Amino acid sequence: MNLAEEISQKFGHNVSVSSKSKRRIFVGVSKSDAKELLSYLYHDLCARFSIATGTDTPIGVEILYHMAFDRLGVIVSVRVLVEKPELKMPSLTEIIPATEWIEREIHEMLGVDFIGHPNLERLLLPDDWPEGIYPFRKGDQGK
Amino acid sequence: MTGPKGFILSAKEIRENNMARKENIIPIGPFHPLLEEPEFFKFYVEGEKVIDAEVRIGYNHRGIEKLAEAKTYDQAVFLVERICGICSTSHPFAFVQAVEDVSGIEVPERAQYIRTIIGDLERIHSHLLWVGLAAHFIGYNTVFMWAWKYREPVLDIFEKISGNRNHYGMFKVGGVRRDIKKSDLPELLKAIDEVESFCSMLLKAVIDDPVIRARTKGIGILKKKDALDMGVVGPVARASGVDIDIRKDFPYAAYDKVSFEKIVMTEGDVFARTAVRLLECVESTKIIRQCLKKMPEGPIDAEVREVGVGEGIGQHEAPRGEVIHYTKSNGSNYPERHKIRAPSFMNVPSFKKTVIGESIADAALITAAVDPCYCCTERMAVIDKDTDKILLNGNELVRLCQEKTERIRNKK
Repeated sequence: MNLAEEISQKFGHNVSVSSKSKRRIFVGVSKSDAKELLSYLYHDLCARFSIATGTDTPIGVEILYHMAFDRLGVIVSVRVLVEKPELKMPSLTEIIPATEWIEREIHEMLGVDFIGHPNLERLLLPDDWPEGIYPFRKGDQGK
Repeated sequence: MTGPKGFILSAKEIRENNMARKENIIPIGPFHPLLEEPEFFKFYVEGEKVIDAEVRIGYNHRGIEKLAEAKTYDQAVFLVERICGICSTSHPFAFVQAVEDVSGIEVPERAQYIRTIIGDLERIHSHLLWVGLAAHFIGYNTVFMWAWKYREPVLDIFEKISGNRNHYGMFKVGGVRRDIKKSDLPELLKAIDEVESFCSMLLKAVIDDPVIRARTKGIGILKKKDALDMGVVGPVARASGVDIDIRKDFPYAAYDKVSFEKIVMTEGDVFARTAVRLLECVESTKIIRQCLKKMPEGPIDAEVREVGVGEGIGQHEAPRGEVIHYTKSNGSNYPERHKIRAPSFMNVPSFKKTVIGESIADAALITAAVDPCYCCTERMAVIDKDTDKILLNGNELVRLCQEKTERIRNKK
């Protein structure tokens, strides 16, 4: 059984799995199920957390968690939409310690609030950067 | 210089903190003229022992991800090449693969081989540069001079192939920009043989030296479990027993057509990281030689006209570990989103695990052992909590580190 089948069997209708190619799988999941799915990939299937990408869209910030399966040569990207205007997302630092820095980056660049993050301080932007301006937002917001 | 709130401290603030917390802070960074990436470390010390560490980055954040959204796919290759001066081909390597991944563009075989040659030549010169710096920190200035001297022929090979010693401008979506001339092959093969004998000699000199062993063994250990938790990559991971190497795990370019070893050690200390890097240099020369010999004739460019719509991910095993690029294309000439993750982003946070409990004399060496596009060591300063006077500056800390080596050397 391949990875895509394994994920869709375990999570059923809660996820939408699409295999873009043999080595790239994209999994869409709701915000409430994201933690369980990522924990399953990380702890049970022993994936390595490679990085997360945050993208600004008109309805919210889309976060892609890129999980690398080094043994299989496959990257599974888990897609979660964090809706505007609240932009709240549970932090993954408890299950995946390596997400600490990237959550801080997405927080300051796109304005996503990671609930439960131990230290959501600025990582990259300078001290005098104005509050509420998120540089990686599209259009006027990302001045 | 503005910094994060309360992170960069004035001497007065450090004094106040030191009085309150009954411990001393050693600030390191954020700027250093020699090294390319500013970072700022704050070490809390009790006597000579480091008891806590914090790190802060971002001084060099140029918003390249945002800039890339305003560049065409062809222009962005040059943009990402300028992210780093040492591993300048790693980012284009990952980026062109991300774009090719969007709609499955096939790259001609000859171009794949040329990409492999460039990628691994870069690994050799980057590792040699690091070996030189690390040797300088422990007071082996002869090894420092040697390593950098032997790095020169690698840069000469680059000049022969690409016309440049750094920033080679070789990559483009769908292929490479320059071919390797057939008439240059004998000269290149001879140069590679020389580089291999240099690397083997350096390897033997460093690995067999009793003082270097005493100075680096058991220092700054990153345990396998911590390495997995922090998600570290590259030589840092492989020195801690995590056997990941993108070249083997996610075969790309011509890496699956040549034979080479994945170097893995289990100790996780500074010595293991040094050994992994030096052994990798020798493996890289094997890869390059095989590529030069096996390279088929043919086109070097797929002449891509359109990228298509969709998402793509590209990876490359840079000298410091996995570099990963993600690109989202909406069918226009410009990417809608371009995410870049350099290996140091994962490797730098591992300081917290390796530095705590070690002495200040080793802190410079341990932080250097990650090869984090490393900087700042000379900006370390120890400040007297009562008088605000700087007791030790960066040069003195390097001296401390070197004196420790000297003591070991004299005992032998």
